[in-house]
Amino acid sequence: MDRLPRWADVVLVPLVSLLFAAILSALVILAIGQDPWEALKVMVEGALLSAYGWGYTLYYTTSFIFTALAVVVAFHAGLFNIGGEGQAQLGGLGVALVCLALPWPHWTIALLAAVTGAALFGAAWAAIPAWLQAKRGSHIVITTIMFNYIASALIVYLLVDVLRPTGQMDPATARFPETTHLPTLNDIPGLNLFFEKKVPANVSLFVALAACWLVWLLLWRTPLGYQIRAFGKSQAAARYAGINPVKITMIAMLISGGLAGMMAINNVMGEAGRLVQNSSEGAGFIGIAVALMGRNHPFGVLLAAVLFGFLYQGGAELGLWTSIPIELRIVVQGLVILFTGALDMMVRMMLVWVFGLFRPRRVGVA
Amino acid sequence: MDYATLLQLLDSTLRLGTPLIFACIAGLYSERSGIFDIGLEGKMLVAAMCSGTFAFYSGSAWIGLMAGIAGSLVFALIHGVTSITFRGNQLISGVALNFVASGITVLTAQSLFGQGGRTPPLTGAARFNEITLPFVEALRPVPVIGPLYAEVISGHSILVYAAFAVVALTWWVLFRTRYGLRLRAVGENPAAVDTAGVSVKGLRFSAVLITGVLCGFAGAYMATALQAGFGKEMTAGRGYIALAALIFAKWRPWPALWACLLFGFFQALALRPDIVEAVVRVKVPVPALDALPYILTVLVLAGFVGKAIPPRAGGEPYVKER
Repeated sequence: MDRLPRWADVVLVPLVSLLFAAILSALVILAIGQDPWEALKVMVEGALLSAYGWGYTLYYTTSFIFTALAVVVAFHAGLFNIGGEGQAQLGGLGVALVCLALPWPHWTIALLAAVTGAALFGAAWAAIPAWLQAKRGSHIVITTIMFNYIASALIVYLLVDVLRPTGQMDPATARFPETTHLPTLNDIPGLNLFFEKKVPANVSLFVALAACWLVWLLLWRTPLGYQIRAFGKSQAAARYAGINPVKITMIAMLISGGLAGMMAINNVMGEAGRLVQNSSEGAGFIGIAVALMGRNHPFGVLLAAVLFGFLYQGGAELGLWTSIPIELRIVVQGLVILFTGALDMMVRMMLVWVFGLFRPRRVGVA
Repeated sequence: MDYATLLQLLDSTLRLGTPLIFACIAGLYSERSGIFDIGLEGKMLVAAMCSGTFAFYSGSAWIGLMAGIAGSLVFALIHGVTSITFRGNQLISGVALNFVASGITVLTAQSLFGQGGRTPPLTGAARFNEITLPFVEALRPVPVIGPLYAEVISGHSILVYAAFAVVALTWWVLFRTRYGLRLRAVGENPAAVDTAGVSVKGLRFSAVLITGVLCGFAGAYMATALQAGFGKEMTAGRGYIALAALIFAKWRPWPALWACLLFGFFQALALRPDIVEAVVRVKVPVPALDALPYILTVLVLAGFVGKAIPPRAGGEPYVKER
């Protein structure tokens, strides 16, 4: 097969995939008797045309950046970490334990401690599947799926039987103390000129942006990153070059789980202020779509996370203002995963064909 | 625990195990042919929605079943085109289809019925009703066997018995027919099958479509026999438990049956924590029972309870040499 020019591979392939997903989504909306154009207008107005909408869009964006980076780091090591959901929920447990353990004097210190707690718990939950993959050869996709379910059972148990304060009915931890409350964007001088009212997006957004940069630095500017990528490209070659497969698998998965866990500072610490059941609300899975859409590059992830944040907030607005159910956003997300992740060969073949039409034909034998 | 309680448990085990058996055997065909399928959950969900809807409109559970199979087949076909024709990543395709299924079922049910994403309750012939086997009353006075026959073996919908038939049939197809031999071969070494002049793509497509049909049965059973109608996310992770059972059974039909019944038994126990408490004399939290199938599967995968070795060519798209 002919190769595509690099710009087409990086920019055009995801855009065309997205276009396919959008067309199919529009057909779905038509099929349930609604107007896709109207739906798009509601989504854009609700997610992008007000400070309030942006507050939610950026809140979702923050969560998705963390879970997508988790997928990215594992993916570069040739591992498909499908367990972001469980790791994020365990990260939430870490945040809750840290926030409730000590009377934190200031949110900055609490945030540092919570980031550590979240990353440690997320990494710990990824450690077992990683070890099983590295040492015993069990397929990481299957083990991480199993660990998602085990995590949710564990959290249900802990919230119902252990962490729930006496006298409280719903399965959740106690509220975190006021001092652990993260400033939301409307609390920040300068930004409060735009975000005039209370929004859920909070300082975790900046942690997420820093994480993007750090992951890029790690993967493309450090020896460890080189080893991870080499291992992902060819395990045999990496092993021959003296890269320890067990070590790389463990390190990549620990970083991945840690990143997924860190998502909890946004939703558990920044927004809810307590740990509830199913706190991650599927963000672990959306991370897969975001990572695929972002071509497994931190910068791409940032763009794709904003896109999915828009999709999520817009989808919620659809549920509020139209009779299109909120589940539409799950369909769109599935279609995006399908086209960007599984059918990219099809898109690429089509583009190669289209490019071939415009290429001047070479005469004679090359 | 007395005998009557045990029989009740076994009765629910069969009920809850049936969708797992269908889905597990469905996965068996696909994975034996070398196509990983983590989309069992999505196909079941689509089938449940289609069968619930059509059974409601037609008043016939059989039409519901056909619709369920059709719906599941569409998803199976997409998975086949993605992973066989376009050599896409089978795992990602499965994840994607699960998402699409989870959303589109609620979307459809909501726009058709407007009842919060569920179908109206099915009654009468729109459900697969319980069948009483012959001689139940005659055998009932016989100690031990009589109640067992009456309570556990008799009194299920026809699909429960069909599930057992499917297991037997699958064993026969897989190990006693030419198609079965080729199917097993294509999952281990597609190049050899190709060299022998048999179409790898054809075999794999046939396996993926059988998977679709069986997931259709699983979903239709959920919506028209186990429960009366489709409800949002009603499969509740059963597709993944079936996948777990498949690994537990090391991709073999009869062990798959036992694994599904075991996991069905755990689900039955999770519904009756009082029995568990009475037997082990310790309060076992329900989530622990819920998580048991997954924990067991992880242990099997880790090789602590016998090694599970998947079909060797699983997950790898086959590229014909030129």
